[in-house]
Amino acid sequence: MKILVPVKRVLDYNVKPRVKADGTGVDLANVKMSMNPFDEIGVEEAIRLKEKGVATEIVAVSVGPAKAQETLRTALAMGADRAILVQTDDEVEPLALAKIFKAIADAEAPGLVILGKQAIDGDNNQTGQMLAALTGWAQGTFASAVNVEGDHVSVTREVDGGLETVKLKLPAIVTTDLRLNEPRYASLPNIMKAKSKPLDTKTPADYGVDTAPRVKTVKVSEPPVRSAGVKVADVDDLVAKLKAIGVHS
Amino acid sequence: MTAFDDWRARSPYYDETHEALAQSVRRFVSREIAPHIDRWEAEGELPLELHKKAAEAGILGLRYPEQYGGHSEGFDNFHGLVLTEELAAVGAGGLGASLMTHGIGLPPILALGSEELKERVAPPVLAGDKIIALGITEAGGGSDVANLKTTAVKDGDDYIVNGGKMFITSGMRADWLTCAVRTGEPGAAGISLLLIDMSSPGVERTRLDKMGWRCSDTAAIHFSDVRVPASNLIGPENGGFIGIMRNFNSERLGMAMGCCAYARVAMAEAAKWAQSRETFGRPLVGHQSIRIKLADMERQIEATQAWVDLCAWQVKHGKDRPADFAMLKVQATRMLEAVAREAAQVLGGASYITGSKVERIYREVRVNAIGGGSEEIMLDLAGRQLFSGKR
Repeated sequence: MKILVPVKRVLDYNVKPRVKADGTGVDLANVKMSMNPFDEIGVEEAIRLKEKGVATEIVAVSVGPAKAQETLRTALAMGADRAILVQTDDEVEPLALAKIFKAIADAEAPGLVILGKQAIDGDNNQTGQMLAALTGWAQGTFASAVNVEGDHVSVTREVDGGLETVKLKLPAIVTTDLRLNEPRYASLPNIMKAKSKPLDTKTPADYGVDTAPRVKTVKVSEPPVRSAGVKVADVDDLVAKLKAIGVHS
Repeated sequence: MTAFDDWRARSPYYDETHEALAQSVRRFVSREIAPHIDRWEAEGELPLELHKKAAEAGILGLRYPEQYGGHSEGFDNFHGLVLTEELAAVGAGGLGASLMTHGIGLPPILALGSEELKERVAPPVLAGDKIIALGITEAGGGSDVANLKTTAVKDGDDYIVNGGKMFITSGMRADWLTCAVRTGEPGAAGISLLLIDMSSPGVERTRLDKMGWRCSDTAAIHFSDVRVPASNLIGPENGGFIGIMRNFNSERLGMAMGCCAYARVAMAEAAKWAQSRETFGRPLVGHQSIRIKLADMERQIEATQAWVDLCAWQVKHGKDRPADFAMLKVQATRMLEAVAREAAQVLGGASYITGSKVERIYREVRVNAIGGGSEEIMLDLAGRQLFSGKR
């Protein structure tokens, strides 16, 4: 079974994002970028399935600028077998991404597509679900456990009420949550090996997908600065203060 | 505000494999170290599990041969510098000093030891199962290695060791000590390296409390009639001095890189503070005196880094000379001293409060300026080598 793992190059999670002075977006010039942490978990899960003998090949795919190659090399250093870069400098929205992944899934015929539940830049949480709709494949989102049994996969999902386990027929779409696994660290020998693993470069047009944005960003601004809190002496004081600001009557 | 290690992207010495390794180590540090470092600093030592985890992450084995469980394929010494820098990001010098003590304890064995000794010692050390430390300094003198007093006297198939070692990094937790002992005549020609099993009868150790490097355990070690099998001799008898000296070169390069990295952390903290703190109606950085301080710190860091990288390049291409490592270390420790001071001045009172990285780095200045060869010894060594024809 082949596993397709989309990975996204995002602002490193240790970097504090800054809004561009003209309010058109987050400033990405000269800041550290790395693989979306949820995607890293997806790569790790695919590798574990390969180590268990369930998967035979892992294909990492990224849609983004030429620099996204570095993100793919990270996936290859962790243990993916080959990579596809769909190169574009556009900001690609979830629906266009899902269309590209659909076209790649048609060509590659994977048994599983494992995506991060969301990317930490846009926090959209849409691509996996849209891909499931476009392919017509079953989906198990927010996975905290993934077990492949024959031609099914059971996915334990983190939902508001607790855990829910769904059994899906393969091929299927899985999106990862934080507790699914702890991704491994790429060691130097594997980083060196990754340099010679195959990496194909394509464009959205190769898959017949138009990535022009459908959504217009009006303005991006810093979140409002939190004002200092007030200490209350006791419950009566708290109630009095809540009444004063009209929260409690 | 740029990240503290962004300079690498603009350097001719570092490629995408160095950056990929940096990312890997950075993730390890942010996940396994950063959340706990304050506690370890208070406790005075690193947990043994950290060594195991660092081994699994490919950190302990970096640069060592595959046959002993290391990762040397594709390694160049800039990968080693990257590792040093990323481990410095939490701003606690004891971390690199103690987690990577095998970086000074193991190389003499790999360079000079018998195959049996290498097979016995290197794999468990690189797997994080055993801790090895280096014992050179004694209570009676540190940098004057040629006159060390600890003796090892042959008795049948064993050596009997008497004496003691001082200020030994990871000495409290060490399973093994790569130890310099006198087996022969006075002076450098009578020194051997001996691997001492620290659980042997007659080994006593005392924990030393310190100004800095607090998460690293430091020991005073006493040997009284400690029996060590002769098979633990590292290299030829009375041939230890050259092994010790060779080890010092890479230690000094590593320490110089560490100084640059800690200076960058202090610099980044100071810059962040200067940009966010408001005084007299404007950000601190709006004051010329503060801007000058920041630029002056950056100037010294970049100049030192350029020499560190050049020395590393010279090692890689076999064009290095020992005097450079000695002078480089002095350059780096004086730079760190200046940068730590100025960072503390920029932070003001905040730098004096325990818990700030700058406060910690300020306390790590002295161990760098004294340990691994004091500034005075370093400059004299370089002066002798370069100008008086003596070694």
